Amino acid sequence: MELDPLILSRIQFAFVVAFHAIFPVFTIGLASYVALLQGLFVATRNPLWERLSIFWTKAFAVVFGMGVVSGIVMAFQFGTNWSNFSQAASNFIGPLLSYEVVTAFFLEAGFLGVLLFGRHKVPAGLHLFAAIMVAVGTFISAFWILASNSWLHTPDGIEFRGGHVFVTSWIDAIFNPSFPYRFAHMALASFLTGGFVVCGVSAWYLVRGREVEANRKALSMTMWLLLVAAPLQAFVGDEHGLNTLEHQPTKIAAIEGNWETQSGAPLLLFAIPDRGIQGNHFEIGIPKVASLILTHDPAGTIPGLRDTPVDEQPPVWITFFSFRIMVGLGLLMIAFAIAGLLLRPRGRLYTSRLYLRGLQFMTVAPFIAVIAGWFVTETGRAPWIIYGHMTQAQGLTPSLTGGMALFTLLGYMAVYAVIFVAGIYYLTRVVDHGMEDQIDEIERPMRPLSTTHVSFDKENPTSRG
Amino acid sequence: MANIDLSIIWAIIIAFSIIMYVLMDGFDLGLGILFPFAPDEDSRDVMMNSVAPIWDGNETWLVLGGAGLLAAFPLVYTILLPALYIGVFLMLAGLIFRGVAFEFRFKSSRHKRWWNLSFAGGSAVATFAQGCVVGAYIQGFVTEGRVYAGGALDWLTPFSVLTGFGMMAGYALLGATWLVMKSEGHINQWARRLIPGLLFGVLAIFAVVGVWTPFIDDGVRERWFGHIQIIWILPALALACAFGIYRSIKAGREVMPFLLTMGMFVFTYLGLLVSRWPYVVPPKFTLWDAASAPESQLFLLIGVLFVIPIILTYTAWSYWVFRGKVRVGEGYH
Repeated sequence: MELDPLILSRIQFAFVVAFHAIFPVFTIGLASYVALLQGLFVATRNPLWERLSIFWTKAFAVVFGMGVVSGIVMAFQFGTNWSNFSQAASNFIGPLLSYEVVTAFFLEAGFLGVLLFGRHKVPAGLHLFAAIMVAVGTFISAFWILASNSWLHTPDGIEFRGGHVFVTSWIDAIFNPSFPYRFAHMALASFLTGGFVVCGVSAWYLVRGREVEANRKALSMTMWLLLVAAPLQAFVGDEHGLNTLEHQPTKIAAIEGNWETQSGAPLLLFAIPDRGIQGNHFEIGIPKVASLILTHDPAGTIPGLRDTPVDEQPPVWITFFSFRIMVGLGLLMIAFAIAGLLLRPRGRLYTSRLYLRGLQFMTVAPFIAVIAGWFVTETGRAPWIIYGHMTQAQGLTPSLTGGMALFTLLGYMAVYAVIFVAGIYYLTRVVDHGMEDQIDEIERPMRPLSTTHVSFDKENPTSRG
Repeated sequence: MANIDLSIIWAIIIAFSIIMYVLMDGFDLGLGILFPFAPDEDSRDVMMNSVAPIWDGNETWLVLGGAGLLAAFPLVYTILLPALYIGVFLMLAGLIFRGVAFEFRFKSSRHKRWWNLSFAGGSAVATFAQGCVVGAYIQGFVTEGRVYAGGALDWLTPFSVLTGFGMMAGYALLGATWLVMKSEGHINQWARRLIPGLLFGVLAIFAVVGVWTPFIDDGVRERWFGHIQIIWILPALALACAFGIYRSIKAGREVMPFLLTMGMFVFTYLGLLVSRWPYVVPPKFTLWDAASAPESQLFLLIGVLFVIPIILTYTAWSYWVFRGKVRVGEGYH
């Protein structure tokens, strides 16, 4: 079989970007949480808030470090594998991605150092200010990345001259039609991710009876956050879908597994979409509900995939299933948030072992949901790289061969496996080490990971817990 | 007109980012190359501690240079990265491994050997790949229209392998002189003893590359043997620095060898720039051919001009905070 550089490059990009995305989506939520804890400490002077803040700052430092390392690769992917795309779109994409770098460095250079190492060096108010600035900085970084990504879905504010993009309006190009929805959707996803991780770790401590008072506080406040954020995400996701229906109807058709444009389209709970037969196998659906959701009218018309030429249809089954994984996990998150509310009377929220165990498992749910969500939107845009303007095949590096692409794909997998295993293992060591005897003895600002003093080796595995 | 000015400003910014990267990541990569030869584990601790607070800030400049190229000179980005595809991967993999090793070596005692190996191997591979990039750049790139049209391993030639080893010797020299400045006792003595040999290695490769380069390309030959003789001052100054390194090491100086090694790198780098100026994708494209739209260059310039002074200030401040010798057993960990 001939190795196809296009397929391999798409897999490679999906792999490195999904891998990288795990870290920022976590740090964005966690940075806000740390700022909140620090604010509560400054306001109430309750030392419990400070203990939580110190602990979660350490976790933040480790994840931030891993995000930086995996992010270096992203800065080169566009050139190595997608050079035609980079050349065509550089006038817009280049400054935006560079602004993200500039923002991240600005943040890292100043406020991150103060947040991580300045706890006892600077006044509490200034330390809080640094925490807030780091949180704001993570959102600004996300702003640039999501603006460039949204523009690929709904390009605006530009014109093509001689095969190159020229920006005619920076405002229109940055605030393109899908950007506000995607930004809101990702911001909430970050809060849900941070929230469920905090809940899962607190639940883990509570099950073991460690640092009960602090972890009850953390669990309680985070469950209130989730009770708002999880249902709100369903609403924002729906709005995002309506926006997609307007601008990328083919993607909606793939999400719904809908081949024929029809009114009163059913909501498919299950199906196996098959591009070969231009239809589905094993459909199970609820009549008229897809039309109801998307048009707010049971008789509304839903676009079908067959309106698009076969070679311009996305890989339907990936979009279709990724969407159901994302929504299913989203509904599960809402269920957990509501269950948490119902368990509050008589404090069963903190004592129900079944629920606490469930929360531990839910730690991974938002990560999977986020990656599934990106699969929906990215595969749903296929075969376009810039929607309606340039296909992925046109954007590929012309000199790239299948062998080269395979070499680096396997290479990145090996490299990332090492980072990921080492990083996750170390993170579990940090959690296991706990917040009981936190050292805070660093005298001088350093790199993110040096915030933690936990040993990498598991010297005394049974000494605790 | 505005276009010309902006392109030159951007060329200066990116050239500055690259030399900042080479100088600053150079000495910590150099320490990685020297790592396996260190006399004992205490010395390795000191070597790592001497750069621990600053090394990741050093890599800032690499990412800034990469992103800046995409924004300001997209043609450079979209021809060089495909041409150097495998080399870029090796460099990134090397940098990642050594970065992770850096963080976890201190937190581990049982697996220290693996992290040592990872740190040394990652540094060596990343440096060699960077040296090959320099060699490939001097040789130029095969293009068709505005895209790269060569093969996967065009960058790997006898010439670029030579520049790869040259870079390893150069970074090791930077690392050794850095260590002379930052260490004391037997570590300092060990680093001192390395310097004459490394210096000789660098000069030997420098000489071969210098003789070889004019034969590779007519443009380069014309530049050096044409009318502008003033540029000969650059290699002359680089050699003067090399002589100074030798003298200052013999005289037992602590800081001067490092400063002179940086000087040698700067003058060699400037020599390389004038060899090809104004071509940024040799042999065909000048910096104006490679430039992005002026409105795009301007849009980013505003942010970069704001941030670079802040990064420089912060960098200077952290070097100031961590000035002085690093002693055995005294880490920042």
